[in-house]
Amino acid sequence: MVLEIRNLSKSFGGLKVIDGLSFGVQAGERLALIGPNGAGKTTVFNLITGVYPADSGSVLLDGHDITRLASRYRIRRGLARTFQNIRLMPHLTVVENVMIAQYARTPGVAAMLQPVGLGRANRWRQEARAALADAGLEAYADEVAGSLPYGVQKRIELVRALLAAPRVLLLDEPAAGLNPAETEALHQALEAIAARGVTLVVVEHDMHFVGRLCPRVVVLNFGQKIAECPTGEIHTDRRVREAYLGAEDYAA
Amino acid sequence: MSGYLESVLVLLAINTILAYAAFLPMVAGQLNLGVAAFVAIGAYSAGYLSNTFSVHPVPGAFAALAMAGFVGWLVAFPILRTRGIYLALATFALNQVVQGAILNMDAVGGASGYPIPEHIGFAVVATFAVGVLALVVLLFHTRFGISVTAVSDDERVADLMGLSVRGLQSAAFTAGAALAGLAGALYAHHFNYVEPQNYGVLFSIYVVLYVLLGGTQTVWGPLLGAAVFTLLPELLRGSAAWRYVIFACLIIAIMALRPQGVVVRKAWFSR
Repeated sequence: MVLEIRNLSKSFGGLKVIDGLSFGVQAGERLALIGPNGAGKTTVFNLITGVYPADSGSVLLDGHDITRLASRYRIRRGLARTFQNIRLMPHLTVVENVMIAQYARTPGVAAMLQPVGLGRANRWRQEARAALADAGLEAYADEVAGSLPYGVQKRIELVRALLAAPRVLLLDEPAAGLNPAETEALHQALEAIAARGVTLVVVEHDMHFVGRLCPRVVVLNFGQKIAECPTGEIHTDRRVREAYLGAEDYAA
Repeated sequence: MSGYLESVLVLLAINTILAYAAFLPMVAGQLNLGVAAFVAIGAYSAGYLSNTFSVHPVPGAFAALAMAGFVGWLVAFPILRTRGIYLALATFALNQVVQGAILNMDAVGGASGYPIPEHIGFAVVATFAVGVLALVVLLFHTRFGISVTAVSDDERVADLMGLSVRGLQSAAFTAGAALAGLAGALYAHHFNYVEPQNYGVLFSIYVVLYVLLGGTQTVWGPLLGAAVFTLLPELLRGSAAWRYVIFACLIIAIMALRPQGVVVRKAWFSR
């Protein structure tokens, strides 16, 4: 198993946000993490990436316990993510934004002092430009990120995560706010990423999107796992129906 | 070169170094109101080495740079635990502490000031300034340049992207302190006299204004800010007593019209 969550719990104040959660992800798998709003999906990502420390339980990457590992070291071990509310650096250009993630591959003082800005010939800058071109974003490469439309920023975030060369990619609502054409393009992009062997864990409300991308789902409600099954079977699960009842047309 | 022109150009060179001393921590998101403390440390270190051990001003300037950088590195750890306005206040307090300490140090003249006879001319000061400018421009073409901006834009995400937020912040603070120390050493050896009263918080605020006025988004902003702050009061000399009033009004006008600084990043502008 490439990623494993064991009996993870987290409380904020008196509120138990994640309660004894366990699940595992096989290498190369595409797993969806779904559940109603407030179920704790983003918190799971935040615990896996070390935004908050877990109260109890453990997170294992490639069988190594990373529960107490400082957050900045986790991406260096191949665990990258995107954010539900886009988090690009507003004062950097698009190409610089995605170049940030490259550091995770060659961390250290020498890499920090490596010239990356003089001319376009630099290897790292070229790689970043090529990755942007692959995503159809080359036109924006030299724009300042803060001024770009939402859909474009979302695609840039994905390119940034990829430049860390992750083995596990956590995507927090990648399709939210995208129109059908953009959603389709995102689906294609993620299929291509998965085809390269990258493991995907996706938090997403668009069940049609989830159904096409992820064969398996883990369903959360109030911080607990209420179901873990093939995506096609969730609408028959009584507890899932109860959790969603009246809230969303999950069977779409 | 006339004496007047030379002293204006020397001030321009020193102010340029000072602007980068304030710029480095500022791009990492730290408002350092203690620049003058590091300038004083540099000035007095260089002076003491020169007067007591007859150290040549050039190695003395490097020693002053190292000394101020070392003190900066030492205080970076406790000071960078604070955030925002509290960080500014902590550096403000540091300024008071250093100024107060020097006032009470009889070995370097205390309140009566400290003469440093060994003189360096415009050429040496200018060479250092050009060197600093070149180094800072180079530095901002490395991964460090992108990374410190990332840290000030979004610490949380910078951390999750694998950057050492604390390391980058303390590096920027330390490098800024070192440059301030160098500026202090050059000032001490050119003007041959320093006194602690000069290194108050007002001095630090002036330097921060250079940077804010020039703009923090590119590496060229501080250079422009230092040039404006050094040369404009000279150009306004014709209006004698009113020149600082006119100068202050111009500064307020620029800040109102262009709060992000004069030099900003454009799509076509790559630093």
